[in-house]
Amino acid sequence: MPSGEKIKICQQCGTCTGSCPTSYLMDYGPREVIAAFRAGMIDKVVKSNTIWLCTSCYSCTVRCPANIKITDLMYELKRLAIKYDLLPKDSKNPAMTKYFIDNVSKYGRNHEVGLMAKFMLTKDWGMPFRFAGLGLKLFTAGRLPLAPKQIRGKEEIAKMSAYLDAQEAKAQ
Amino acid sequence: MKYLYYPGCSAESTGKAYDISTRTVMEKLGVELAELDDWNCCGATSYFSTREIDSFAIAARNLSIAQQQGDDDLCVICNACYTTLAKTNRYMAESAHVYEQVNGALNAVGRSYDGTKPVRHIMDVLINDVGLEAIESKVTRRLTGLKVAPYYGCQYSRPIGSFDDTEDPQTMDRFFEALGADVLTDFPAKLKCCGGMMMLTNADVALRLCHEILKSAKDMGADVIVAACPLCEMNMEGYQPRVNSAFGTDYNIPVMYFTQLAGLALGADPKQLGLGMQAVSCAPVLAAIPA
Amino acid sequence: MAEEKIGVYICHCGTNIAGKVDVEEVTRWAAEQPNVAVAREYKYMCSDPGQDLIKQDIQEHGITRAVVAACSPTMHEPTFRKAAGDGGLNPYLLQMANIREHCSWVTIDGDAATEKAKRILGAQIHRLPLNLPLEPIEVPVNPNVMVVGGGIAGIEAALKLAATGKKVYLVERDPSIGGHMAMFDKTFPTLDCAACILTPKMSAAGKEPNIEMLAYSEVTQVDGYVGNFKVKVTKKARYVDIDKCTGCALCTEACVVRKVPNEFDQGLSKRAAAYIPFPQAVPLKATLDPTRCLTLTGKKCKQPCVAACGPAAIDFDQKDEEIELEVGAIIMATGFQLWDPTPETRYSYGKLDNVISSLEFERISNASGPTGGHIVCKNGEPPKSVAILHCVGSRDENYQEFCSRVCCMYSLKFAHLIKEHLPETEVYECYIDMRTYGKGYEEFYKRLMDEGVHFIRGRAAEVSDVGLTPNEEGHLVVKVEDTLLGVTRRLPVDMVVLSSGLAPRADAKSTAQIFGFGCSANGFYLERHPKLEPVSTVTDGIFIAGCCQYPKDIPDTVAQAGAAAAGALALVDNATVKVEPTISYIDPEKCSGCHICVGLCPHAAIQYNEEKGVAEVIEAACKGCGVCVAACGSGVPQQRGYLDEQIFAEIEGALAL
Repeated sequence: MPSGEKIKICQQCGTCTGSCPTSYLMDYGPREVIAAFRAGMIDKVVKSNTIWLCTSCYSCTVRCPANIKITDLMYELKRLAIKYDLLPKDSKNPAMTKYFIDNVSKYGRNHEVGLMAKFMLTKDWGMPFRFAGLGLKLFTAGRLPLAPKQIRGKEEIAKMSAYLDAQEAKAQ
Repeated sequence: MKYLYYPGCSAESTGKAYDISTRTVMEKLGVELAELDDWNCCGATSYFSTREIDSFAIAARNLSIAQQQGDDDLCVICNACYTTLAKTNRYMAESAHVYEQVNGALNAVGRSYDGTKPVRHIMDVLINDVGLEAIESKVTRRLTGLKVAPYYGCQYSRPIGSFDDTEDPQTMDRFFEALGADVLTDFPAKLKCCGGMMMLTNADVALRLCHEILKSAKDMGADVIVAACPLCEMNMEGYQPRVNSAFGTDYNIPVMYFTQLAGLALGADPKQLGLGMQAVSCAPVLAAIPA
Repeated sequence: MAEEKIGVYICHCGTNIAGKVDVEEVTRWAAEQPNVAVAREYKYMCSDPGQDLIKQDIQEHGITRAVVAACSPTMHEPTFRKAAGDGGLNPYLLQMANIREHCSWVTIDGDAATEKAKRILGAQIHRLPLNLPLEPIEVPVNPNVMVVGGGIAGIEAALKLAATGKKVYLVERDPSIGGHMAMFDKTFPTLDCAACILTPKMSAAGKEPNIEMLAYSEVTQVDGYVGNFKVKVTKKARYVDIDKCTGCALCTEACVVRKVPNEFDQGLSKRAAAYIPFPQAVPLKATLDPTRCLTLTGKKCKQPCVAACGPAAIDFDQKDEEIELEVGAIIMATGFQLWDPTPETRYSYGKLDNVISSLEFERISNASGPTGGHIVCKNGEPPKSVAILHCVGSRDENYQEFCSRVCCMYSLKFAHLIKEHLPETEVYECYIDMRTYGKGYEEFYKRLMDEGVHFIRGRAAEVSDVGLTPNEEGHLVVKVEDTLLGVTRRLPVDMVVLSSGLAPRADAKSTAQIFGFGCSANGFYLERHPKLEPVSTVTDGIFIAGCCQYPKDIPDTVAQAGAAAAGALALVDNATVKVEPTISYIDPEKCSGCHICVGLCPHAAIQYNEEKGVAEVIEAACKGCGVCVAACGSGVPQQRGYLDEQIFAEIEGALAL
């Protein structure tokens, strides 16, 4: 993570947590995530719901007086959680992330209908009912095409990932 | 004036009207858009969650194609695509490691990228290249008296902030003032988060955030909220009934892509702007604009 | 080249140098260099025993040249040159090799540092045989002193100097002296009334016969050198004859232009175009605002001020006047400006009513301020709750990285004033760290806790007027994480005070340039040494005091003002002062009289001799900057101590390894 060392100069002022639109639901606010990181208690926050509640709004990042890229730090922790399978049981976000990436690796673009369908089938049975009214509206308005668009160079996405997999393996 | 154009995945489904209205508006303004050849998903926020370098690599594939396709700047309409692509440039410049890894991945598929393709948000292009004076001169139906709540969304100016302030953006305000609208410049929710992808995974969180924005707009008497991001538009518009049932409200506020409303001011046919695709009817907006 | 005996003295500087550089190795190496008769190392060469080594070697071993490899010459060159002189050697036959700032402190690898130290030292060993003995130039000292800035620092320094019988010119840019302190109501932590302790000093400065007050004046040019400065001051036209004006203020009452934002009240009140900034102003004289007065801006006016003025003091024809003063020393006390909170848009300053700056609060709480000392919101109602936000623009890489030192304390003072005026009002202090370091400060903090102020450890995230619940509706809402609870709180309040940091004056850099010194990275005036010479600048004879050097409270400011006055006195109380002889000279045999150097000299120290057709250096004015040396196409001007052959020898020495 570029300039990740900046967390060393965090003064724990709480601007990030105070600016966060979802911190009120987080087990640990962004400020506490940094404190935990520095205290070597990162396992605690990686397992928490915090990172999956980050909406990537970047409010914390642009306001941080120490210029810590807090949103990037959240991504970093998400990666750790996925890598070591430390996903919270009740959170649906990790699955959404995974399906999104599967989607893009397969077609080169995100197929929103496919993504939603897969997500509903596996993670949220109630959703089709709540979504029905809106879904029908969107569908009839032509905003939910059923067939995914595929790009010509879709294999390139997988190939680039494979290359980076190999690089990572080499580095370790 | 010519740009390479990156529509983004949403432009093919939920955000179709954003794409349609963008093409219409740009044509009206004499700006030529050449769609980027065989573009792929920018990676959005999800990709950052797998391996950071993958997200830069797939974004860079687009930028590499753009560089091959021509010298024009790359114009982007979706806030998230804009941030992802611009962030890739920034990190490639800041970190030699990122630069090398990205190029390694691109080389593996016979491509390369030097990190210098300018990535421009459509509003940046409109304000700084086309210019408000030129836009104003092409207005055929001024939005006189229409109370417009400018909703910028998070990733419009955060974290890049290259063409507007990260805390108090003004470009969309100025843009609609030029179109004659009564812009609610003090709209306090202009930068508040809509919840983004969270609408699908933690709906209660996202609904609450949308409620805050809709409440602000209603309190200020907005006739319409304009958005610059497909996800924001979807959340605030499509989910208004869910917000109403969750919070006991009765919002029925039209939400439009800013290009749709701009198109009306520039005299475009509503059909060329995808107005029929909205879930909350835009009829009151159309009715409110003097002919 | 004559055979020379060079003594080499290498300092460990504790571990500062020896922790990185292998001093023994460098000493061994130095001993083998040409002309070196003796090479020694010592733990602290600047100590008396260290200096004695040099003296003894001169006297007992006949050393004819010496080099000290230690710290920067700005630190200890005078020390060692004096030691050489005491030992009987011409001081200018000793050179410094800086192996601390230029080497050990900035080099990570020890071997590389040792190598570098040898090259730095080698350069000096190589040039020393070419050094020539020089004699310091002794010049007379003008006993007068100029103080620039009439805030508490400038007033204090001027009074101290005047008390010793010295003549002091006190230059103030505004129409009255008093500075920021005159705007305050109370001072922390003792809660002395600011006016009660400042006004007597202002008045004393106004009456002191040894102080010539130049209010509404600005310094435009400074020439000369230590003991002999020539300062150009522009006395801005007041359009009022101050000898006639009695300060009765009838003109201000008569003036028809009444809506000029009053600077002294931070724009919270209006003044007339003919005005006296505040009732205790010194000098108590009226001024006509040239940007607002109808007559002065070429508009029609019946000039009721003229009719109202008994002594006929109004003079629309008055012009700015430039005067030149000669002084021996200068004290800079130009103060600070409040950091403007506008760029911190998330706090909505300038956008939402009742979000105010700290100086605005000072005026609102001041009995002579725009509200008569009633702490009220814009609608005239007293606030039922107030949030005071600390560290606005401070400790932030995006704005000012430093801590302004005084904001915690003035914020506590505000809380106290609110509690005193409005006991039922709730006060919240949102802070990152509470810094109450001074005498009686921690006790004051405790007192405020006892008074029931709510302390929330967290920097405020944002201020809005969007109420989400009925008890928030119609209020300002401060969003802040209470980091001690780990809970984000929304505070509905009626007033928000932004405790901005102190910033360097916008023109600090250009002002410093006029006087010939520099600014630190944070923009405040740079002191000669942060610990041992905090009130001196790199320019001999120019001193600094108060917040122009760095944010500080009133006690520290007054102490510094005294120190600066003592520094100036120690200089101007002497009949003469010795200045460095390392200045340039022009060989009349070689000069072609092309004039290039004459125009380039930044100190006007070169004049053209019409009769001989050559340029000549005015020795007393030359500061040895070297511009003429570099500029001359024929290489005629040479600087003593930095002759071409000496510089070339240094380069050869550095590259010789």
